[in-house]
Amino acid sequence: MRPRVSFGIRVIVLLIVLFAAAALLAPWISPHDPLRQSLLLRLKPPGSATASAGLFPLGTDDLGRDLLSRILYGARASFIVAILSVSVSLVVGTLLGLAAGWFRGWTATLIMRFVDAMLSVPAILLAVLTVAVIGPSFVTLVLVLGLTRWPRYTRVAYAATLQVAGLPFIAAAEMAGADSARILLRHILPNIAGPLLVVATSEFGLMILFEAGLSFLGLGIQPPAPSWGSIMSAGRQYVERAWWLTVFPGLGLFTLVVCVNVMGDWLRDRLDPRSAGR
Amino acid sequence: MRRYIARRLLQAAIATFLVITIVFFVMRLSGDPTLLLVPEGATAEQIAALRHALGFDRPLAVQYLGYLGDLAHFDLGQSLVQRAPVWLIVASRLPYTMALAAGALVFALVTGIPAGIAMAVWRGGVTERLLSALVLAGQSLPTFWSGILFILLFGVSLHWLPTSGADGPASLVMPSVVLGALAMATFARMTRISVLEELGRDYVTAARARGLSMGAAVVRHVLRNAAIPVVTVVALEVGNLLAGAVIVETVFAWPGIGQLAMQSIFARDFLVVQAIVLFVSMVYIALNLATDLAYSAIDPRIRGMA
Amino acid sequence: MTPALAVHDLRLLIGGAAVVDGVGFAVAPGEVMALVGESGCGKSLTAHAIMRLLPDAVRQDRGYVALDGDNLSVLSERQMRLVRGRRMSMIFQEPQAALDPLSTVGAQVAEGTGSPLRQARAAVLAMLDEVGIADPARRIDQYPFELSGGMCQRVMIASALIARPAVLIADEPTTALDVTIQAQILDLLRRLAIERGTAIVLITHDMGVVADIADRVAVMYAGRIAETGDTAAIFARPRHPYTALLLAALPRRTDVPRSRLAVIEGRVPAPSEFPTGCRFAGRCPLADARCRAETPLLREVARGHLSACWHAEAVR
Repeated sequence: MRPRVSFGIRVIVLLIVLFAAAALLAPWISPHDPLRQSLLLRLKPPGSATASAGLFPLGTDDLGRDLLSRILYGARASFIVAILSVSVSLVVGTLLGLAAGWFRGWTATLIMRFVDAMLSVPAILLAVLTVAVIGPSFVTLVLVLGLTRWPRYTRVAYAATLQVAGLPFIAAAEMAGADSARILLRHILPNIAGPLLVVATSEFGLMILFEAGLSFLGLGIQPPAPSWGSIMSAGRQYVERAWWLTVFPGLGLFTLVVCVNVMGDWLRDRLDPRSAGR
Repeated sequence: MRRYIARRLLQAAIATFLVITIVFFVMRLSGDPTLLLVPEGATAEQIAALRHALGFDRPLAVQYLGYLGDLAHFDLGQSLVQRAPVWLIVASRLPYTMALAAGALVFALVTGIPAGIAMAVWRGGVTERLLSALVLAGQSLPTFWSGILFILLFGVSLHWLPTSGADGPASLVMPSVVLGALAMATFARMTRISVLEELGRDYVTAARARGLSMGAAVVRHVLRNAAIPVVTVVALEVGNLLAGAVIVETVFAWPGIGQLAMQSIFARDFLVVQAIVLFVSMVYIALNLATDLAYSAIDPRIRGMA
Repeated sequence: MTPALAVHDLRLLIGGAAVVDGVGFAVAPGEVMALVGESGCGKSLTAHAIMRLLPDAVRQDRGYVALDGDNLSVLSERQMRLVRGRRMSMIFQEPQAALDPLSTVGAQVAEGTGSPLRQARAAVLAMLDEVGIADPARRIDQYPFELSGGMCQRVMIASALIARPAVLIADEPTTALDVTIQAQILDLLRRLAIERGTAIVLITHDMGVVADIADRVAVMYAGRIAETGDTAAIFARPRHPYTALLLAALPRRTDVPRSRLAVIEGRVPAPSEFPTGCRFAGRCPLADARCRAETPLLREVARGHLSACWHAEAVR
């Protein structure tokens, strides 16, 4: 069948690209320095302008910093954390899943029991505990998110590897003398990439939410560095006087996560027709 | 059947043991767990004395065995900040989280499951489009945002509901809805898929060929068959609700274990945090176990194997 | 006499393709009419169209079904519900799949009566006994997985006939069963047709089943009726090359398991690639230029025996 991409999906992709572009280009398109404070410009509503400082399209925060600039830089933080932590968990989870599916036996039992245990600890709680123990920092955040969210990839990679490893062409490659690592990387990995991509997409949305959530709790990106979660956390105290501090970053976060989730569903329907709609 | 139960129990025991172990090592990631337990501004001698008193100067393996031994006696330690047994501190907050999780679960069930059924039965129509937008929103809403917006709208502007705290049943409404939104989306999605799958089966056509209406066929036959996969996610979602309570309780100043966890982190009262993580994980494992065993109660095919 | 069931000029569309086109037939009370053809020829869709239980993707744009002279196409869905089960009923290919695994046998049979099992229990027990289920008092409270496939089909028949409908549509009722059970189920259907005067539309791909039970046959090919008439007449002298090939594919000795009809070379064309002219032309040994250009209509070749073939007289 001819690939058909609906109008809705085009819009979604466009929005994701816009978000990514905003994140990438934040230093060049931000109207102000996201860290420059001015007590004279505290909590200005959206559209405020002064002769000396210029326009604040989305208003300012409690320290007089430009909200739009902080949101743009916050998008940058979201994307970087999500991309890095998804990469960490994707690599760790896939390698463990491949190993379990390839060697089976005790290796598989050991790895899969560990997966079960990891999935029994709610990830957000484990992340909260770990960050709190080590102390919050950018690297901690990425590693903690990456190292708590790998089991889903392992399950998918394990199941897919078991399935693919049973196919005749793998046996043929083995008989032709290819070694395990080569078969895993050259033959099996490409065949299980689809399901892994689907998991990675939905995890990407989750990571964005987790980063914002941890930052909201004060355990993620540390002030004064801008993050959507920490902007909202600060804005919470002023919610009655300065609604924009809550509404705009949240709207950005919500929109981005919606887009990523729609994208994930679409990919899943596309790559795995059996689970259409799931 | 008996062998299945035995195997499932063993799996749960292994998961419990591994979780306990994971938490033990996470607590030692910083190098010196003593530092997590002392109030700020403690002197070096005080820290050293405490380290010795808590046994953190012993070899890791000895500490680990001691930790396992304590847990085997349900001894979660003493909070040095609150000067009280940890279990007592957690237990005093637990009813609030239970109430919140129950409220969220009820909200998610009474909205999510009918929504999923409606999406499957009226597929392809306006109903499905509207409901899937709602489900997508529930799935994508960050609770710390929707929570604040709810407070702003229903508390500050409309004065319908209390903005925060635990002050009678009315103050449970907003946090429950906010916390339950994600579970609602999950239930709706699972129910939709499950009902759709069952609707395509021959027994539905057969029931209609006997003169049953679509509605009667759904109620009498489809729902029970569709329930099995949904029950699994219900149990899993309860675990997620307890974890999600960390953020929602912070937003709404709800005095449950989620808020307690955050307060304990900032008060450097890590034994309490550890206890909460362990507790929620155990609940999670227990619920999973209970679900798997509950299958046999729903499905006569499994019951028959007993 | 008014036929128990009459189908007139039925046409069913999937997308733009007419998967069933111009199908019509009538069945008298107590008569067994077989609708026979390879899979994909539209038999099963015809059956679902008669019950008005078509899948969403299928649309009926022409024709109507009359039950004892009443045109069903004018009925609302609510009225149609009163027809299903009471005046017309249906049984399916996979009896295990056609029964709800989580409901007891008795509850499902009782549904045909419209009352709950508590009230209908005596009637359900009698019906289970009538379809030849031993120890009905025990079976009534069992679940489908506790019954064999043949027994499940008996339960299906019981649930379909308990309200004494005038018409039963049997969609490949024995295909999923093994040979000895097949014969028992066919005997049961035959007996019920005679005892109760039920008109049966039997859908099958198996000419052997047709020979066993049917009074009359309609052979379908690619959504159209190729040939129709009395079973005896058609078996004695088929007047459509397709029927002739179906009969030739039938094993001579009856104790050999009946083969599927894959013996005929080629396959039924997909609806999107239906040719103009005769749809069988691509596989037909007699096809000529006329067959590929002009659609043959059903015409009477002998009394009560119709064939849609330009070369009906030449068929051996």
